[in-house]
Amino acid sequence: MKEVMDDVALVLCGEAGQGIQTVEALLIRAFRATGYHIFSSKEYMSRVRGGENSTLIRVSSAPVRAFVDRIDVLFALSPGAVDHLRERINGTLIIADESFGEDDAVGLPILEEAEKLGGRIFANVVAAGAAARLFRVGEDVFDNAVRSLFERKGPEILNSDLRAGRKGYELGEKLREHLRVSVEPDPSVRGHVILNGTEAVGLGCIAGGCRFMSSYPMTPSSPLQIFIAENADEFDMVFEQAEDEIAAINMCLGASYAGARSLVATSGSGFALMEEAVGLAGMIETPVVIYIGQRPGPAVGLPTRTAQEDLNLALYSGPGEFARAIFAPGKLEDAPEITAHAFNLADRYQVPVFILSDQYLADLYYNLPEPEIGVEEEYHISGTDAGYRRFRFTEDGISPRGVPGYGEGLVRVDSDEHDEDGFITEDLNIRSRMVEKRNLRLEMLRDDALAPEVWGDDSSAVICWGSTYWPVREAIGSSDAEVTMVHFSQVYPLAPDTRELLESFEVTATIENNYRGQFADLLKLEAGFEVDHRLNKYNGMPFSVEEIRKFIGEVFA
Amino acid sequence: MKPEDYDLEADVAWCPGCGNFSILRALKMALADLDIPPERLVLVSGIGQAGKLPQYLKCNYFNGLHGRSLPAAVAIKAVNPELTVIDVSGDGCMYGEGGNHFMHTIRRNPDITNIVHNNMVYGLTKGQASPTSQPGFRTPVQVHGVFEEPFNPLAVAIALGATFVARAFAGDIERTRDILVEAISHHGYALVDIFQPCVTFNRVNTFQWFRENTYYSDHDTSDRMVAFEKSLEGYGSGKFPLGVIYHAEGDGTFEENLSIYRGDATPLWRRRHDPAKLKALIESKRML
Ligand SMILES: Cc1ncc(C[n+]2csc(CCOP(=O)(O)OP(=O)(O)O)c2C)c(N)n1
Ligand code: SF4
Repeated sequence: MKEVMDDVALVLCGEAGQGIQTVEALLIRAFRATGYHIFSSKEYMSRVRGGENSTLIRVSSAPVRAFVDRIDVLFALSPGAVDHLRERINGTLIIADESFGEDDAVGLPILEEAEKLGGRIFANVVAAGAAARLFRVGEDVFDNAVRSLFERKGPEILNSDLRAGRKGYELGEKLREHLRVSVEPDPSVRGHVILNGTEAVGLGCIAGGCRFMSSYPMTPSSPLQIFIAENADEFDMVFEQAEDEIAAINMCLGASYAGARSLVATSGSGFALMEEAVGLAGMIETPVVIYIGQRPGPAVGLPTRTAQEDLNLALYSGPGEFARAIFAPGKLEDAPEITAHAFNLADRYQVPVFILSDQYLADLYYNLPEPEIGVEEEYHISGTDAGYRRFRFTEDGISPRGVPGYGEGLVRVDSDEHDEDGFITEDLNIRSRMVEKRNLRLEMLRDDALAPEVWGDDSSAVICWGSTYWPVREAIGSSDAEVTMVHFSQVYPLAPDTRELLESFEVTATIENNYRGQFADLLKLEAGFEVDHRLNKYNGMPFSVEEIRKFIGEVFA
Repeated sequence: MKPEDYDLEADVAWCPGCGNFSILRALKMALADLDIPPERLVLVSGIGQAGKLPQYLKCNYFNGLHGRSLPAAVAIKAVNPELTVIDVSGDGCMYGEGGNHFMHTIRRNPDITNIVHNNMVYGLTKGQASPTSQPGFRTPVQVHGVFEEPFNPLAVAIALGATFVARAFAGDIERTRDILVEAISHHGYALVDIFQPCVTFNRVNTFQWFRENTYYSDHDTSDRMVAFEKSLEGYGSGKFPLGVIYHAEGDGTFEENLSIYRGDATPLWRRRHDPAKLKALIESKRML
């Protein structure tokens, strides 16, 4: 009998189309209702049917928030599942369908029972029921999870799924001979919210006053498009699926010019198409928030995998020179607030603002007491009088922003170089002043920059940004090495005292999901700071706690 | 209002004698006829000689990117349906670089007017062929002459379901004004393709040529099939018909179909989100 305490890494693996996401959704609900802390993260192939997809669910007595390589229990729902995860199988209890003839696995007649219940489509709920039983989830708790997920599909489907769940529950009894898990419920979890990275950003969009979104589908940004579309009616937003990315961002700029806070979501290749309009945003000093769900490139790369490869793309996008800001939230706790802040900054400084996410962050779930949203929507639009000049020179470079139809003034914006009124000019003196105006606010953005989060007070530091927050933090927390984590959720411009902060450490290392070390290079460029070590991963998978811990052990021992 | 009410003291960068001047004049006359105050008017344009027109008229404007004016125009109207939104672009800008947006904007049917200065050449970049250039047209890059079929905007627009499709000629300011008045008054997307002689780079399609190769048609403009046939005239043989080619009652516009305006006409930009609703959304994540 295998025994796992407190923190169990459960992996469910099957083919696309088998409903692994349903299993994930059911178990997350059931575990949470039982009072377990959960974390889930999925990896999948770019296919609608077939392939091998897996979901990791960590079930724990204490908060868990990061991806681990370790697999304690594997539910193999397709014949290829064990092979797919071979490298991560080590002392793993494998539970597979009997029909696969998997040698080292405990066999369950999942498919057979599913057929009896009416078809293979029930296999996922049967498996979820078995897993629930294994983790001592109460039968009615599991039933409720099934209900909450299938209720809207009508009584017939709901009843079949309830029966499938019960069947799985029955099969799960047998598993208890092979494994003992001793996760303790924590009553406070029942009051927690469960979010994924996409929803966390989406809540921030609403809090930040987003009114208009146009986008073109592209993984892994599509979930944010869906989130906004689903909530558009309730929150007075417009969502429009544009004909392409170029239209999407130009729509956003039109909407923003007319006074609506605008959002566009895309991924690397899609964003590459938007670059010209990033320049337009810079030129016409019109706010826009650009969400980039990063995935491995170049070109279309690995569509469903994760990466942090588009920092340079965001940083240097668009012709010419103008100010911008780039955020990379790392955790669900503050992603809403950072996102809302991004909308405010875009309006305050009339610049494009980026939010860099990635597949890993967008798709992961965990429970938390409540996301922080301490930021309130600011209002930066003013009425105009007859003499209104959209690009009036001011000391700080920011001209009061009017919108058409609000006051007597006329609001003129032009992509050519223009004078204070927005009229095209080739006066080189005005040109110079406009360049200064567009770049001046970078200093203000810098002064406003979010300071990196420093966790620990040791003499060495691991530096990271974006979605690597929790993997790094858990790796440090669970290793003997004495290291501090320095996490940047604003990656450009960097807070003014970044250099002093980083120089206070004896040894430093960056951890990034890319080949080049784009952020390490940016630290050199922006803060004049050179890190000692770089750990880069670019196979399309997120960093696991284990590999970061190993790296820390080697570098900081 | 009077056409002069839209005058500006502007440094006009068009060549003397260019057809663009007449379009500007006709547009001011049409706007005056319709009494549209400059503060309520937004001209949206791309890049090119035609795209500069908003600079020469008293109005709000959004001079965006080459080929990308329509997405911006659609969004401006969607955010504030109280505005009169007119898109002004060249044939290269609209049918070349912006072809995809042209197509999809017609499908969306926003209540905007799309004026295209069709000079059958790229003016601002000094004389290359445009999608509407006639076969045989020689330029510094089409050294053996254009051999592609010219793009037929009217036929495409009618095929895609546009409910107002017209062609005007810049050499006839009065009739162009009338067509523009009808177009701007139309409920839904309206295309006005205007033949505009480029006196500098198009020595073939001159004022004289357009006069000789066009005629005002008085067909039944509500009959889509007849309109479609009309839209094919002039390509290959015959003369190009001028005037309103197709005009029908449209279905709901893009803005009208947006659920946020059902029962509440407040422009989008004036609305604020309700923190209580956000709170409720977060709560719903607690009770999975
Ligand atoms: C993306 C992009 N490509 C190319 C250009 C260069 N460009 C400016 S205007 C123009 C063509 C204009 O032709 P048309 O739309 O027919 O207008 P006209 O000048 O004839 O009025 C081009 C190619 C540009 N500004 N942007
Ligand atoms: S180049 Fe042609 S289109 Fe442009 S202003 Fe001169 S005449 Fe008019």
